[in-house]
Amino acid sequence: MTTAVVAERSVHSGEGGMLPRAFEVRARRPELADCVTLEMAAVDGRPLDFAPGQFTMLYVHGVGEIAISISGDPAADATLVQTVRAVGAVSKAVCNLQEGQRIGVRGPLGTAWPVERAFGKHLMIVAGGLGLAPTRPIIYWALANRDRLKSVAIVYGTRAPDQILYAPQLLGWSNTEGLRVGITVDRAAEDWSGRVGVVTDLVPAMLRDPAETVAMVCGPEIMMRFGAQALLDAGVPAEDIHLSLERNMKCGIGWCGHCQLGPHLICRDGPVFSYPAVRDLMTVWEL
Amino acid sequence: MTDGKMKSMADILAAHPLFAGLDSETTELLGGCAGNVHFSNGDYLFKVDEPADTFYLLRGGDVALELRMPGRGRLTVQTVHPGAVVGASWILPPYRWRFDARAVGAVRATGVDAACLRTKCDADPSMGYQVMQRFLPVVAERLQTTRLRLLDLYAPPAEVGRAL
Repeated sequence: MTTAVVAERSVHSGEGGMLPRAFEVRARRPELADCVTLEMAAVDGRPLDFAPGQFTMLYVHGVGEIAISISGDPAADATLVQTVRAVGAVSKAVCNLQEGQRIGVRGPLGTAWPVERAFGKHLMIVAGGLGLAPTRPIIYWALANRDRLKSVAIVYGTRAPDQILYAPQLLGWSNTEGLRVGITVDRAAEDWSGRVGVVTDLVPAMLRDPAETVAMVCGPEIMMRFGAQALLDAGVPAEDIHLSLERNMKCGIGWCGHCQLGPHLICRDGPVFSYPAVRDLMTVWEL
Repeated sequence: MTDGKMKSMADILAAHPLFAGLDSETTELLGGCAGNVHFSNGDYLFKVDEPADTFYLLRGGDVALELRMPGRGRLTVQTVHPGAVVGASWILPPYRWRFDARAVGAVRATGVDAACLRTKCDADPSMGYQVMQRFLPVVAERLQTTRLRLLDLYAPPAEVGRAL
């Protein structure tokens, strides 16, 4: 099934609308000091078929609902994997869920990374901070489709060495044939022997054939702006740069308008956009 | 090298991104101030407050720009990589380094005698202008990336007052 079909079906089907399905937490894995990955399974046993880049609305009973990107393997749809940072009341409640507890899930929602555009080309994933979570499904997909891609590069920037998300997995991917992993941190003490600097510095160093590269960028919005510019400057075509935007989502299906960005509703038209579709909107103060 | 000829220093400079595209007369002039150097892992290319008499065009290996802080050891400000320039304090008085530069692994570089280059730039303002045109983007890029890091973009929202 193509990613586009999955995205379309999920938004318009009844199960992707306003009615949450019950999921049970099967595993809880602390990632960073304030960040947890939950593995969940549908109580009714039906898998949650998603495409890389999509999100769900997680509903903690009696607390509230929050939009969270799916960070698991799209081929392993029996388990819903999501990485959450404890920030506000709802995300803290999600992070505090323990094995066996239940949560409401709506989705999958939103558009997908157009991964199939990378067939026959180089794929570059540029992620910053927790932006690695929404891009991890692309990495799983790329691992399963390596023979159809020229190369895969993961460019990851974060605050400090102890803030590297999925560190053991990144190490494993760096030792995987066909995958190149570059990590840079904003600040480091003497026990770090890797790169120190912004992620945009690493982009040109890891590009192979910019004109034949498809890039997926996810992270803080300013980082995405500068990252997209670095890709453009290096020669990656604008239409082959894709971003995942974030706004305050409430309904998740384009009804309420909370996540409006100019002519777009991020939950319905996004979160994944081609760079040309949002480039000019990203510098408008009022948006 | 495939033709059996030794590369001249002018050739080496012309191959580095900083000076790529300069005319041969200029690279010949610059070459008179330059020489190839090697550093082992942990060697210092220079240390803070030393005279900024040689800067480096990095050809292989990585260099960490650092400061030492009592109680916190070495703090890495930035790492630089092949194709980059190590050192800009040679351009302006008092010509002293502001940071330590330490080799991370084996480093190959071209060292440029800063006093020699300054003298040539003073004697030939046209060449000096070209050299400054090459260095200004390096300094501007470092400033821009430093500003981005000052924003602490990856900070947890709670630390920067965003309640989500």
